[in-house]
Amino acid sequence: MIKKASKIQKQDEHTIIALDHVSKSYSTGAPALNDVSIKIKRGEFVFIVGDSGSGKSTLIKLLLKELNPTEGEVFVDGENVEKLKRRKVPKFRRRIGVVFQDFRLLKDRNVFDNVAFAQRIIQVPTREIKKNVPSVLSKVGLAAKYKAKPRQLSGGEQQRVAIARALVNNPKILLADEPTGNLDPNNSWEIMKLLEDINQDGTTVLVVTHNREIVNAMEKRVITMKKGVVISDEEKGGYIDED
Amino acid sequence: MRISAFFYTLWQGIRSIFRNKWFSLASIATISACLFLFGLFYAVLMNFQHVIKTAEEGVSISVYFEEGITEEQIIVIQDQIQKRTEVSKAIYVSADEAWENFSKDFPEGFKDGFRENPLKNSAKLDVYLNDVSQQSSLVTYTSSIEGVRDINYSDITAETLSGFNVLIGYVSLGIIFILLAVSIFLISNTVTIGISVRKEEIMIMKYIGATDFFVRSPFVIEGILIGIFGSLLPLGIIFIIYERVVEYIGIRFSILSNILQFLPAETIFRDLTPITIGIGVGIGFLGSYSTVRKHLRV
Repeated sequence: MIKKASKIQKQDEHTIIALDHVSKSYSTGAPALNDVSIKIKRGEFVFIVGDSGSGKSTLIKLLLKELNPTEGEVFVDGENVEKLKRRKVPKFRRRIGVVFQDFRLLKDRNVFDNVAFAQRIIQVPTREIKKNVPSVLSKVGLAAKYKAKPRQLSGGEQQRVAIARALVNNPKILLADEPTGNLDPNNSWEIMKLLEDINQDGTTVLVVTHNREIVNAMEKRVITMKKGVVISDEEKGGYIDED
Repeated sequence: MRISAFFYTLWQGIRSIFRNKWFSLASIATISACLFLFGLFYAVLMNFQHVIKTAEEGVSISVYFEEGITEEQIIVIQDQIQKRTEVSKAIYVSADEAWENFSKDFPEGFKDGFRENPLKNSAKLDVYLNDVSQQSSLVTYTSSIEGVRDINYSDITAETLSGFNVLIGYVSLGIIFILLAVSIFLISNTVTIGISVRKEEIMIMKYIGATDFFVRSPFVIEGILIGIFGSLLPLGIIFIIYERVVEYIGIRFSILSNILQFLPAETIFRDLTPITIGIGVGIGFLGSYSTVRKHLRV
């Protein structure tokens, strides 16, 4: 099975994320993921939907190598994630931009420093940081607020900072875990529009969400999960009601 | 690491101290309190040892020789004794010198009543020791030398001083152990408080793709700086207190000035300063290193 999965990944240059019969069980209870196989092409925009306990968060953690699968294999941008050595994980994560529901900004640093931080850790020279950060901030519409601290911004603005931070290193994949979970409908739409623009620039975007309206309106690929299993995977899909 | 990254890391470490000022103050206070106790104990201990050392240096054994022994033979014996490691010095006192010293205690003209030196058989070696606990073995050795008639020594003085030395050794160990235990307890408590503040920050850095080294460096720099501040503070306080106390005791208890001879502050602080800063830096480094380590596995 391992050989077969590696073959799939190597032969298919268009695939950026591949889960091959992946299961994940925690020591305490029932499996969080059960025999999940998903393939996502480069440049795709994909929604992953499902209720709490459906395995969405576990999926994100597997893609970031925060967890390893109990069975099966996870490939991200040609890497077998489980086989990645610990010291190579930081470099691997720089290929993935991550956005969280609670923004996870460094509260004591201003907008510029929060975004610049992602460049600092890969040791980009300061003069380049001074060019790159304003450029990405203007892309998310926050160029004027570069001096503001997170607490001085609205939820939507904070999420834009988080997106700018995720984008500044030009990742191949953008993972957004409930990016609109803390936002009002207007801000939610603006964030989704921004993610769509980013996708159109060539970045693969994976959005985990509960937001029915957005999923239904955007007509993108929708993978629906329930109790750790993929129950539906549709191009131009919609939100499937559980009832 | 690029130079810009190094300065960034250094700057972040320094900023972090001010950003988390309550945590920094608590850490500095904890380290200071432990090192203050340590320094105080060290100063007292050093002075105690100094008093005992001074007393030990005055302890000697007097070796007397058989009748008819020549001065040359005594000097050979002197060399022989001097070579032993426990001996600090062996001083030859000739019969004439002994008579001269003895007669000093009497009125002038006292010596004139004697036609020849009444202490002609009293040439002796005064042997001083490095380590008074070795006195009995030195006495045994010396008494076995041919030509030695008698040895004068005091068991009680040597035993008391050597007993004191052993006692100080145990007390030092005990107090250092207690201080260390208290320090570890206090510091681990302070660090635990710090963790809650830093957990999220470390997690964000790891998700963005920071290496462990990059995440850890500012924290370690911060820890070391806190350690340095935490050690300089008690050193300054102890220095001031020490000088004042020595001055006070010198004036108030001048009658004891023969027994209580304090070491100058410079002597104490020559060793205490690097030791204290070393411990402070060590505590700061280990505290921050271990705190971050727990959260690096994200």
